[in-house]
Amino acid sequence: MGVKPPSSNFSKLIPYLLLLPTLMYLLFFVGYPIVYAVKLAFTSESGSLTLSNFRSLTSDMYFWEALKYTFLLAGVIIPLQAALALGVSLLLYRGFKGANLCLYVFLIPLTISDVAAALIWYNMLTGSGYLNKVLLKLGLISQPIHFFGYAYRSMEAVAIVVTEVWRATAIVFVILFAGLQMIGRDYIEAADVFGASTWQKIRYVILPMLKPSFQSAIIIRTLFAMQVFAVVWILAGRDIPVLAGEAYYWQSDVRNPHIAACYALLVAVISIALGWMYLKLFKPRYLEEGR
Amino acid sequence: MVEVKLENLTKVFGKVVAVDHINLTVRDGEFLVLLGPSGCGKTTTLRCIAGLEAPDEGRVYFDEEDVTYLPPRDRDISMVFQSYAIWPHMSVYENIAFPLKMRKAPASEIDEKVKWAAELLRIGELLDRYPHQLSGGQRQRVAVARAIVVEPKVLLMDEPLSNLDALLRVLMRSELKKLQRRIKVTTIYVTHDQVEAMTMADRIAVMNEGRIMQVGSSTEVYDRPENLFVAGFIGSPRMNFFDATVRDGELDAEDFKLKLTPEQARALSGMEGKTVTVGIRPEHIYTPDSAKGESLQELDGTLDFFEQLGSDTVLHVRVGGKLLLAKISGRYTADLGSRIKVLLDLSKLHIFDKAGRSVL
Amino acid sequence: MYRWQQALTRIALYAAAVMVSAWVLTPIALIFISAFAVPEDYYDVGKVIPTEFTLENIRVLLFELREWRTTLNSIAVALLTIAVSFTLGLPASYSLARYVFPGRDGFKLLILSLRMFPLMVLGVPLAELYIRLGLSDTILGVALAHASLALPFVVLITYSIFVSIPVEYEEAAMVFGLTRAEAFFKITLPMALPGLAAAAMFTFVISWNEVFVASILTLMRRTLPADILVTVLTAPDPYKFAAAFIMVMPAITFVFIARRYLVTMWGISLR
Repeated sequence: MGVKPPSSNFSKLIPYLLLLPTLMYLLFFVGYPIVYAVKLAFTSESGSLTLSNFRSLTSDMYFWEALKYTFLLAGVIIPLQAALALGVSLLLYRGFKGANLCLYVFLIPLTISDVAAALIWYNMLTGSGYLNKVLLKLGLISQPIHFFGYAYRSMEAVAIVVTEVWRATAIVFVILFAGLQMIGRDYIEAADVFGASTWQKIRYVILPMLKPSFQSAIIIRTLFAMQVFAVVWILAGRDIPVLAGEAYYWQSDVRNPHIAACYALLVAVISIALGWMYLKLFKPRYLEEGR
Repeated sequence: MVEVKLENLTKVFGKVVAVDHINLTVRDGEFLVLLGPSGCGKTTTLRCIAGLEAPDEGRVYFDEEDVTYLPPRDRDISMVFQSYAIWPHMSVYENIAFPLKMRKAPASEIDEKVKWAAELLRIGELLDRYPHQLSGGQRQRVAVARAIVVEPKVLLMDEPLSNLDALLRVLMRSELKKLQRRIKVTTIYVTHDQVEAMTMADRIAVMNEGRIMQVGSSTEVYDRPENLFVAGFIGSPRMNFFDATVRDGELDAEDFKLKLTPEQARALSGMEGKTVTVGIRPEHIYTPDSAKGESLQELDGTLDFFEQLGSDTVLHVRVGGKLLLAKISGRYTADLGSRIKVLLDLSKLHIFDKAGRSVL
Repeated sequence: MYRWQQALTRIALYAAAVMVSAWVLTPIALIFISAFAVPEDYYDVGKVIPTEFTLENIRVLLFELREWRTTLNSIAVALLTIAVSFTLGLPASYSLARYVFPGRDGFKLLILSLRMFPLMVLGVPLAELYIRLGLSDTILGVALAHASLALPFVVLITYSIFVSIPVEYEEAAMVFGLTRAEAFFKITLPMALPGLAAAAMFTFVISWNEVFVASILTLMRRTLPADILVTVLTAPDPYKFAAAFIMVMPAITFVFIARRYLVTMWGISLR
């Protein structure tokens, strides 16, 4: 008895055997579909190799709109979320009675689906929604503000931005807050002792040290933004096309899996490219050398 | 440089009284060590002086100025943190320059002072490095350089040497002390290491459970502990303690009786029949070979155990129901369980009343 | 002077905290109100907050629009997702946490990068694959797809749970006569249980909330969010709010039960 000699082949295999099911599963449900998506995108209905799918994609007005809106929405939403999340994390990090309660409250949207979030804000913003009722009651407006319908596309975009900021800021917040908590209190107290004001503490100590967390929060949020779908679909339908929405439209409504696969691949390729770019561009200098 | 005065300083965390009505004056230019076991409130006291913690009661004065509720940045203090807290995203230069920058010093002055402090700590060649490229000892020097660069009114140090290895700690002990002598800044230094306290302090304030048990020079707290806590906390191995009753000019400890010196008898004259706690340091118990002094009393015991420390030997001697530790210089060998004679230096006895206060 | 400044800071702090909480809570409170408000009150522009409440919206949604079936589908899919992703993921995360072997870092990297990959886009090719496999429009099919979405999260979260339980406990059990497998089931698993339960809830929410893949892979046997996207959107507003209420409930419950794990768990799954 006792420990088996290290040459025992079976005991060496154990960790691999434990990994095997997951690996096989991912291979079949992730690897194979990726290959299959490539095949769908580059073949025609009849099964012959072709680029015609991409040609019809790029000649579709909706494609360029979708590309534009996906990036536009990300470009508006993410800075808002970053600012709000940073503010709230600093607020909670500062600490006060009830800060924990506030923390849980702010985390609630994390578990609310995009579908529910869209309906929640639809409820706020429709013609007979609470925002309009309150504004009418206060006499600030005489006609309800319309947020929905093709004629009010720009307002639809506002509704989408508000909903996404409400729903998904918590993701950015969680990462920033976790990052803040990893900064030792000593570093900040040292700044206190050596004469820094609150603003100087944030500017010279907290923000630079939070940079890695900030970057990963932005990366993750950007990648998620490339997949934005249900909120847009519910609040604006195809009035404001986005990439994932087009994939859904071509798959479910038009039943053309080839074009849908093109969109799916595009989202994947953009995500990978963005992720890679972020990683290359931002790497805290003081972590690179040495170690 | 200032005199720091604490008046009834109290800090409560939830139900725990971390600092309990402390009164203490740190003299201008003095090196005062707050010494005590972990959780005794020494760090909290330091943080109240720094302004990182607002006391619940009491006052902190720098000279005549009441700074109790002043934020740290307005106190003109410096601090060396236990973890050093030198910022990882700043170079050594930027770290040391930070306090000057916050005081809006002109660039030329910043440069001059940073170099001065770096030379003083002998880290002049490291100014361009980042903290993660430094060894523990170098980081410690950066933390000290940053703390002295502005010539603060008060320099606070929170266990600054506890993260260094033993060799470096001994070296830094003397360096820090010399540095403090040189810049003559009022210094308050927190540690749980009595050797550090004894070697560095002008005066030591021994703390326990949020209170100051004694303030005095290292020889004072060692030779004349005012209470049981200080007697037991300072010195290694620990002082021997046993209970005894004062009777007819003797201390009756049941297993043996100790004759009081005339001086001790006079001090204990009012305590006839009362029980006291007697303390004697291991180095004041001798074997017949190593005995010195006049008022010695011989006791018969058996050797329970002994520890060779190289230069010294610690004997565990059982006398009746009591175990006495004796520390003798040089080597000692005998069979365990063998009979042994020990001699107690009666002039070195410490005697405490029931409340733990020294009566001698 | 300084005291005044402190008091002002404090007031500003609380004001900000209240505003942030209101920003999050108000829309949730109002969707609850709308879900139970009588439609007359809701559509009455003069009445800001409805005063009369009814279960009618929920009843119509569940029984006349027959959303009770999609709700059940959603629950079934979520439970299957937990079963599949845990059965596969636990051995993998245990292996990562307890063994050192060549290829370990590679596997970790794979899992980490999959977490960033927009897995939802796989719904499109999967839909075509499922036709061939006879899995299209089945609960199992959706669950298997959801399991592949959840698997990277499950592996990462349970990995960190296993790592947080010192291996010495297991080794002690092995010294005192248990096999490695017994040590896992009798020592590590019970200690990991609370964390695993939280991870399971987390997985439930991932599946319960997922809409893109679910709506692409199903036609008749839709999950609740998938059906909302198609059917409920054409229904009158009060039923939409009732649907939102039903969707939000498990999420809120989850936040409440697993609040202790929330920050770490999301932190792990995102960082």
